Amino acid sequence: MDKGLNESRKDFPILDQQVNGEPLVYLDNAATTQKPNQVLTAILNYYQADNANVHRGVHTLAERATDRYEAARDKVAAFINAASRKSIVYTRSTTEALNWVAASFGNLVVNEGDEIVISQLEHHSNIVPWQQVAQKRHATLKYIDLTKDGELDMASAKRQITDKTKIVSIAHAANVMGVVNPIKELAAIAHQHGAYMIADGAQAVPHMKVDVQDLDVDFYAFSGHKMLAPTGIGVLYGKQDLLEMMPPAQFGGEMIDFVHHQDASWTQLPWKFEAGTPNISGAIGLASAIDYLNQLGMANVQAYEREIVAYTLPKLLSIDGLTLYGPSDPNKHTGVMAFNLAGLHPHDVATGLDMEGVAVRAGHHCAQPLMDYLNVTATARASFYFYNTFAEADKLVEAITAVKEFFADGIS
Amino acid sequence: MGLAKLNQLYREVILDHAQHPRNRGELTNASGVVELRNPTCGDVINVAAQLKDGKIAALKFTGSGCTISQASASLMTTVLVNQPVQRARELIMAFSHLISGETISDQDDDDLGDAALVGSVAEFPARIKCAALAWHALDELLDQKGDDHHD
Ligand SMILES: Cc1ncc(COP(=O)(O)O)c(C=O)c1O
Repeated sequence: MDKGLNESRKDFPILDQQVNGEPLVYLDNAATTQKPNQVLTAILNYYQADNANVHRGVHTLAERATDRYEAARDKVAAFINAASRKSIVYTRSTTEALNWVAASFGNLVVNEGDEIVISQLEHHSNIVPWQQVAQKRHATLKYIDLTKDGELDMASAKRQITDKTKIVSIAHAANVMGVVNPIKELAAIAHQHGAYMIADGAQAVPHMKVDVQDLDVDFYAFSGHKMLAPTGIGVLYGKQDLLEMMPPAQFGGEMIDFVHHQDASWTQLPWKFEAGTPNISGAIGLASAIDYLNQLGMANVQAYEREIVAYTLPKLLSIDGLTLYGPSDPNKHTGVMAFNLAGLHPHDVATGLDMEGVAVRAGHHCAQPLMDYLNVTATARASFYFYNTFAEADKLVEAITAVKEFFADGIS
Repeated sequence: MGLAKLNQLYREVILDHAQHPRNRGELTNASGVVELRNPTCGDVINVAAQLKDGKIAALKFTGSGCTISQASASLMTTVLVNQPVQRARELIMAFSHLISGETISDQDDDDLGDAALVGSVAEFPARIKCAALAWHALDELLDQKGDDHHD
């Protein structure tokens, strides 16, 4: 009965194992998700049947590999409702996508005295590239504050985004605070001021239906590995006219139109950004992951996660001494739940949970400015996906209680 | 198995040092101070040492961190104070082997005293960095200052 959404657990054999003598409860999905058999099989089949390099060579395998690689692009475009396949650029990851936008587009449009606006809850990959642009272009990096509940403070957003702002770059879903940010509203504000809107979708695309045209974002980044696909494949979506004006971040084979001795011209979108042999099997794995998610239905994935949050969050909040970060209203909280236990360091908590088979992350979650803002050095974080069960939520709560007791006895 | 295994790591001596750290605080007249961070969690440790006549005359630490990093720092200060710099560096090396699960000589084990109990962290690979932090900081400090023969 309790087998994850649509009995999906059977597709993830990795989940069926013991860790430290206890059944594994994998709750580190915000770091990376597990991969279903369907995705693994798609990659295996590709290497067993079709492997060749893409866009070069006229033989049959090269043709098949190219077709599959490009069909995956169409799938990605449809999945986030991009207007055109030309708007979909493969990258290594969210990090690479954001770095490319910052280095190539940011340096193009940001000038001395301009502003770049991000928020207090960003992942380092949406902070550090903008610090680099701000330093290089002598621009100012500004932060939107959070409300007491840990949500983006829209009054602060309206103050921070001004006519000097050229770039607004915000996480669509947060990797610590467990909130979904109003990207559409932010995009409208940014555009009113003539700024470009960029969203980091790493924690959003795996968990909800994303429509980049409806959000009206100018760029959007996400990673395959957080949505059932292998590591090493990510996506940069950009509005076509902006990608046209954005220079490539890398140069080499595949991306050129014609190379002379002293200079070269670039080929058309989206290939102008894809220098060298790309991650072909990664793209094919990503397409298979999208098929899997489509079969479940993103609305169902989201609804299931909401239910499990509604079930888990109140139980966590009822643990004495537990501080939850982000909204305590389960309707406003995603499956990413960061917490601390009074008097205990999250590393000690995570080691204790690991002994109970429960895998959570402990650390700063690549969000040190946020840790400063929250005045903590680190937190523990449990993050759910659709294959997690209600029984696993119970196990998390039991294990936290046991760890608390262990240290209460041990320390006092 | 569950939490029972935790007792191997969080022994009484370790919990005691985490709760009541020895030699915690600033050191006046320090010959050197080294700050190290654990990049995975942002924990910071500052180790300060006063070197005199080729020996570690005083050793203190500050900073925040988990039970393991705090206890390990505290134990280190109790074990390495008054050691000749050369011997301290050997013991840091021995500690580093110990927490990686390698065996060390009986002499080193004896000289590490209670700090050798931190060796059980070898069973918890994710925590080895926590245990090593203060020791690495001191090693770096001795590397920078250990050869200065200013008295
Ligand atoms: C919100 C957010 N942005 C960006 C990233 C970076 O993703 P990747 O490491 O796949 O580049 C992550 C992943 O940790 C994330 O959670």
